[in-house]
Amino acid sequence: MIRVSDLVVSYDRARTNAVDGVSFAAPRGKLTALAGPNGSGKSSIVRALLRRADIIDGAVTIDDRDVRTLSYAELARIVAVVPQREEAAFPSRVREYVALGRYPHLGLWRAPAKDDDLAVDQALTQAGIGDLAERDTDALSGGEWQRVRIARALAQKTPALVLDEPTTFLDVAHEMAIFELLSSLARSGLAVLLVSHQLNLVARFADTIVLLDQGKVAISGSPADIMNAERLESIYRWPVVITRDPAIGAPALVPLRRPLNL
Amino acid sequence: MLAVANGAVSVSLAAVFGALRGHGDPTAIAIVRDLRLPRVVLGALVGAGLGASGAALQGSLRNPLAEPYLLGVSGGAAVGAVVAFAVGVSSDALITLAAFAGGIAAVFLALAVSRVGGRSTRGDMRTLLIAGVIVGAFANAAIMVALARAEPNTVRGALWWMMGSAADATWERVAWLTATILLAGGALVYWAREIDVLSLGEDTAASLGVDSERSGRRVFLLAALLAAATVSAAGLIGFIGLVVPHIARRLGLRAHRPLIVAAALVGATLVVAADLAARTVAPPTELPLGAITALLGVPFFLVQLRRSV
Repeated sequence: MIRVSDLVVSYDRARTNAVDGVSFAAPRGKLTALAGPNGSGKSSIVRALLRRADIIDGAVTIDDRDVRTLSYAELARIVAVVPQREEAAFPSRVREYVALGRYPHLGLWRAPAKDDDLAVDQALTQAGIGDLAERDTDALSGGEWQRVRIARALAQKTPALVLDEPTTFLDVAHEMAIFELLSSLARSGLAVLLVSHQLNLVARFADTIVLLDQGKVAISGSPADIMNAERLESIYRWPVVITRDPAIGAPALVPLRRPLNL
Repeated sequence: MLAVANGAVSVSLAAVFGALRGHGDPTAIAIVRDLRLPRVVLGALVGAGLGASGAALQGSLRNPLAEPYLLGVSGGAAVGAVVAFAVGVSSDALITLAAFAGGIAAVFLALAVSRVGGRSTRGDMRTLLIAGVIVGAFANAAIMVALARAEPNTVRGALWWMMGSAADATWERVAWLTATILLAGGALVYWAREIDVLSLGEDTAASLGVDSERSGRRVFLLAALLAAATVSAAGLIGFIGLVVPHIARRLGLRAHRPLIVAAALVGATLVVAADLAARTVAPPTELPLGAITALLGVPFFLVQLRRSV
């Protein structure tokens, strides 16, 4: 369980707190989504969890352990994070890349053992990319690359998994495939925290949505609770309507047009 | 062995082996044991140090253009040597030491400059790279100013540093360069997996349990130590640290543990070959080794590049 309690995060030279008293929990076996407009504090919460941003007040705990009391390696053994950006300068083999997920588990000589190989095999299978193992990472498509990154996080074998905008550059099919993968991972018992601004997709997959606005929780609850036109209009500052998806009956957000008169 | 046999005076391979065992013509023994062999070994060590340093830096800085000399090490070492010349030091050991101290001082200066950026740029390796370039530029300017009013002897000494040469090889130099390379190079190989993780970027490194600020700084210092040791032993030998890691990658190596070892071997081979060329192309004149490495390195690199496409 990932628990964020009264969290305050702020950056140097910023006038307002990036995260201003946010609380929520992402329990095991559930897919929890962190949504909200750009700059609402989603990524800052992920950074605080990784101890890459200063926690001014409150706490982030994983299975009741405060992240500030853990070493980087201890933290990496209980939560795996797929960050939004990754700037690898050099390609590597997919299998070797996924094997880096075992880094926090390696012993003094940093040499992989049998368990590590096994964990890598399992991660490749779970992410459905067993056939890519011998490819170079620079020869992958966008969808394959995201699966490889998720496999690396799965190889960490942590009880909690955090993903920051994993489908930003993907087309519809790859996006759906990633969401299905995350949903099945949550059902297998992981605590999955997904940061995403794609509210409609999130509403179809997530068990709980935490909607942030200007560093605070604007509203949180089940997708049905969240998809409220008035609340969403005030958060996104744009006219919207909520419809029902005719095929599956899930609530869907439709932003309206507001043409410019130049 | 070929490199030991060839030079201004050729010694047959049989005579080389003989000399190594202490047989044969005393002149041949002297040439092989005291001149050629230490020189070849020194060249190999310098190449190995630069190759390993470059491979580690490119990985941890995530920059294919990173190389040991970009860290300000070379400029600092040259300043150290020039200052030593200028104050009239003539002892070889002291000049070497001064160059080494200058190189290390430049690295710490670069680290200090990178901190000026403050906490908003904390852990950002790019800042470190820029700081190294700035310190290097400052050191070069300092050398120019110093040389503008220096005596001809000082200028010649300084030029020697800037062109690089394995000519002044002695067994003492070989011994202490070996020690440094085994120590710092070994440490880099030990932390090679951490470099693998660092090469994924700071956020990903953090998610895998690596404090990119601390371990990045560690790699930076070790790589700088290697570079400073090679510069103090043989002056500036360009291009090796930049190109050799790419050649090692073209050989199909990806993970940094084998990559650093391979870069050391390729670097050693390239420098020994370049030094052989420097001695034999236009005897008895010796060409500057630093220029030869670039002349050899560029076409070699282009061939490798073509083959892989």
